[in-house]
Amino acid sequence: MADTYLLILLTLDATLRVATPLILAAMAGLFSERSGVIDIGLEGKMLAAAFAAAATAAVTGSAWAGLGMGISVSIGLALLHGFACITHRGDQVISGVAINVVAAGLTIVLGIAWFHQGGRTPTLDASARFTEHALPFADAARSIPVIGPLYAEVISGHNILVYLALAVVPLTWWVVYRTRFGLRLRAVGENPAAVDTAGISVTGLRYSALVIAGTLCGIAGTYLSTAHSAAFVRDMTAGKGYMALAAMIFGKWKPVPTLFACLLFGFLDAMAVRLQGVELPVIGIFPVQLLQALPYILTVVLLAGFIGKAIAPKASGTPYVKERT
Amino acid sequence: MKQWVFAAIAAIGIGAAADAAEFKPAVVFDMGGKFDKSFNEGVYEGAERFAKESGIKYLEFEVTNETQREQAIRRMARKGANPILGVGFAQGPAIEKIAKEYPDTSFAIIDSVVDVPNVQSIVFNEHEGSFLVGVLAAKASETGKLGFVGGMDIPLIRRFACGYVGGAQWANKDVEVLQNMTGSTPAAWNDPTKGAELARSQFDRGADVVFAAAGSTGLGVLQAAEDAGKKAIGVDSNQNYLHPGTMLTSMLKRVDIAAYNVFKSAKAGELKPGINVLGLGENGVGWALDEHNKDMITDEMKAAVAKAEAGIKSGEIKVHDYMADNTCPY
Repeated sequence: MADTYLLILLTLDATLRVATPLILAAMAGLFSERSGVIDIGLEGKMLAAAFAAAATAAVTGSAWAGLGMGISVSIGLALLHGFACITHRGDQVISGVAINVVAAGLTIVLGIAWFHQGGRTPTLDASARFTEHALPFADAARSIPVIGPLYAEVISGHNILVYLALAVVPLTWWVVYRTRFGLRLRAVGENPAAVDTAGISVTGLRYSALVIAGTLCGIAGTYLSTAHSAAFVRDMTAGKGYMALAAMIFGKWKPVPTLFACLLFGFLDAMAVRLQGVELPVIGIFPVQLLQALPYILTVVLLAGFIGKAIAPKASGTPYVKERT
Repeated sequence: MKQWVFAAIAAIGIGAAADAAEFKPAVVFDMGGKFDKSFNEGVYEGAERFAKESGIKYLEFEVTNETQREQAIRRMARKGANPILGVGFAQGPAIEKIAKEYPDTSFAIIDSVVDVPNVQSIVFNEHEGSFLVGVLAAKASETGKLGFVGGMDIPLIRRFACGYVGGAQWANKDVEVLQNMTGSTPAAWNDPTKGAELARSQFDRGADVVFAAAGSTGLGVLQAAEDAGKKAIGVDSNQNYLHPGTMLTSMLKRVDIAAYNVFKSAKAGELKPGINVLGLGENGVGWALDEHNKDMITDEMKAAVAKAEAGIKSGEIKVHDYMADNTCPY
């Protein structure tokens, strides 16, 4: 029994590690889409940030410098997205896909040119990474039944970016639902003309939403290359940006449900890792591919209208045209 | 004027003819990349050694997605490269097709058997090398539980796993081996984060030595072992230097020697078609001992592995080959 409990805790522990980039990227997507800009480019921004962070950390030896560079590059790409589809009213999906393609190619090309390791960055030392911190009393608490191991295994012993990701969710909720900026942000995603009539800049609001999204994607990418692993490798985001987008839709563009969607997807991933090749009673060897496909299946089922209804922000995807002549 | 033109054409003609006769070896690396610090990098080292010794440059291509293999190999053949070395089992079908199209060009392939008269197929007895590192792992483990992380789930990787289990149980029959494969697509060779998660899940379940046979994915496994303070075993190239202190050893698959020999014998005109099996007896597989791990290998471990080595060479120990019947009896 104690063993089973520990196994569950360790799975939850892995869930947090796997879900962190999803949470950050999903919140980024939430800000962007709530302002009316579709963000397919989450994947590309994360990938570029992961590369920039690992490259900077490898050269300077500082994880924080890596984080700064990761965020800067990601914001740069977000602004590029904004320039194409806010200022010039281009197609948001196409601009996002372009960012993904550019990031996938450019990271490898620059990686080969700078580090000569086939697109990989040098492996980082522990000092140039975000390492895991044990929270106070973690070892002492272990002896307390039930809660002790929960605290020691699941809550304690993560790196600082994991805690940051968890803090971002209530912060997002507060900004979106309890501040003036949030009110305007939601309005601009539903009815930009009304916001414009009130004398507030639609362009300005959408750009600031994209900058926030860029920042969060930057942290997510940095987490992948300098905290979860110790180097950048080509295509290391491996579809996490799309997964985050699916989680955001699954969470109906709301911060807290999105968090749970991310945790669910992370949990399925962690389960898939642990159940692989394990013989279960009755079922036999479990097909883990099913677990890996489940996030996408759930999203499709949701979009088909079987689990409630997912309604996107109304103005999402349409560039705002100030005057019609 | 006319004469000039004729002379020029003649010169070009002669030039082209000389070009064709020139010895132009080529190598097509597979996904994972030339610098994967493992399988492809071993081939690269062998090719580089040949280039340095002979002063002959070789053509190369790094395949980055599945559709490029055939194109890359065909382009090498069209350019007049000879011999052309394909790296990895996945290039088997492409080599077979193009070898038939260019019967006068010699081909070689590592890790696959292609039955065409102008192809040399180089295969390794990975199970024998894995057996040896399995012996070391079992001797080094304190918990009696070992881990194995494979890349893509294919019979070749199962052969590593099976030999590893066999060696571990030969050394200590109570030992338990936890096995994980990273995925079922070629992307599984290039996913270090997933590799690290798999390794951590094995450590959580009590394993304290993990063997990674997973290309670039393995780098994540080795890193996870260092982070968790556990021991890890590398694969293909000598990876001991990556994390000195936590790298128990590396299972060597001398693809560098294979690549070097292909080029060298081709230059001498002696590249023989057929199957070339490199096992323990041919020094094609083995385990790595260098300054990075010499403190972790005790005399007892050395004696055990030497006994296993001698046993395999003499035929006393039969290491089961997974690919012979797709089962693992251990």
